[in-house]
Amino acid sequence: MADSIVRLGHVSKHYARPGAKTVTAVDDVDLDVTEGEVLAVIGYSGAGKSTLVRLVNALERPTSGTVTVAGQDLTTLSERDLRLARRKIGMIFQQFNLFRSRTVAGNVAYPLKVAGVAKADRDARVAELLDFVGLLDRAHAHPEQLSGGQKQRVGIARALATNPPLLLADEATSALDPETTAEVLSLLRRVNRELGVTVMVITHEMDAVRQVADRVAVMDAGRVVEHGDVYDVFSTPRTAAAKRFVRSALHDRPDAETLRRLRARHPGRLVSVSVTDEPGLQRRIDAAFADAGVRTELVHGGVAELRERRIGSLTYETTGSPAAVDAALDALRRHGIRTEEEV
Amino acid sequence: MDGFLATVDVYRTAIAQTLFMSLVSMVVSGVLGLALGIALYATRPGNLLGHRVVFGVLGLLVNVVRPIPFVIFLAAVTPLQLAVVGTTVGTNAVTFAIALAAAFAVSRIVEQSLVSVDPGVVEAARAAGASRLGILLGVVVPEGLGPLVLGYTFVFVGIVDMSAQAGLVGGGGLGDYAITYGAQRYDYGIVYVSVATIIVIVQVGQLVGNRIARGVLRR
Repeated sequence: MADSIVRLGHVSKHYARPGAKTVTAVDDVDLDVTEGEVLAVIGYSGAGKSTLVRLVNALERPTSGTVTVAGQDLTTLSERDLRLARRKIGMIFQQFNLFRSRTVAGNVAYPLKVAGVAKADRDARVAELLDFVGLLDRAHAHPEQLSGGQKQRVGIARALATNPPLLLADEATSALDPETTAEVLSLLRRVNRELGVTVMVITHEMDAVRQVADRVAVMDAGRVVEHGDVYDVFSTPRTAAAKRFVRSALHDRPDAETLRRLRARHPGRLVSVSVTDEPGLQRRIDAAFADAGVRTELVHGGVAELRERRIGSLTYETTGSPAAVDAALDALRRHGIRTEEEV
Repeated sequence: MDGFLATVDVYRTAIAQTLFMSLVSMVVSGVLGLALGIALYATRPGNLLGHRVVFGVLGLLVNVVRPIPFVIFLAAVTPLQLAVVGTTVGTNAVTFAIALAAAFAVSRIVEQSLVSVDPGVVEAARAAGASRLGILLGVVVPEGLGPLVLGYTFVFVGIVDMSAQAGLVGGGGLGDYAITYGAQRYDYGIVYVSVATIIVIVQVGQLVGNRIARGVLRR
């Protein structure tokens, strides 16, 4: 097991508001980011994920708890030492936050200038980075002349200028269309794979998680309510929040509206069966129903690929006696196949 | 026009004095106002150097000085003029008074221009590990340069106006010329020539300001 590059220990962040109740943005979070991985933190707006990521590079100081990055406890550092620590943590933003007063090259050079890198070395590094993100020919353009996707690529180049081992992406694709989103996500994947940079992605889009992350942490009301391998969380979400996100990305389970329509046309009990990467799954499902004498009709579902493994859900209308259907469901469960009755 | 022709040398000197007063006080108040304006911006609670007390004191200071009508300010500032310039009359003394008064106006304009800078770029600079002073001078000011230039241009017009009022206390310049040689001798030709000259100076100033701002904003 690789080492943690980020370790959040019982981290809380409260905002005191004069004349109003204190807001708890982050509530007793324990979270590790493993070196070399892409970790996604997903949550709805207001879940505290943007505050969480700002605790990692100490743009915000926690009310309590410890924030350790690359072995250094940021909560004990002086402002001066924090500045040095931040140079080892890249960050990109939802609104890109490029300097409009500087060219593309000037933007990428900024962190190098801050770090006191000599002009010649700076120029070489800027060219190298712009080449990596595919914008070498736009070096002298100004940010307003770029498309959203290009702006974010400049943001990524700027964030990587000082060779940080860790990159924080705060809703980096939320202002982009789906196609550009996929482009930026695949660039982040390259940053991770080719440069070995650990990436922490903050997002509210489960699709982004699916495309880029190795592990995912689900945040709800300031807490990390669930975290684990992306495939595990997608295939067996435990909390309500995680289930909602998985549904939004896979669209394989019928929502309330769809269910109502299905029910109008299909009077039998509706059963959803989880699709996993298990070989022979379909044969087992068919056999379980057939053995119990239950007829089935496939009415909803979807199967997709995630981390090169199969994932999804199939919803069947079952026709047979209640006891027979129960027997079939029991048989499926005995085979380790997850089922859920749609009610 | 006989009056004007007879005093054309005085007119020339007056133009030179007006330009001297305006430009020198523009530069001095520009620098002082920039420093004060950056301080106002930075000490705003929650900002880079957020400090409720310092922000409050600076804000109060600006609010106390700024509404004083310039003619009254000229009278009130005499002890300072004596201490700094050594006299209360003449172009130098008046330039000092204008620069001081304008600095407070500039500070508010600088503050307003900087507040309009996207806080996101400040955050990006902080994330890059820049120091607070480095962010203020290296990011915030350049990012706010467009509105800053337009704001300074606006102040320039006010400064030319102040330089004319300064004629009242023997500061020289076109205001002095218009009153002493024009209005008091009932020679309105001279008054109108002075007015026209001031309009030209203001126009040129505005034109230059717009040009620079367009270059900075690239539009």
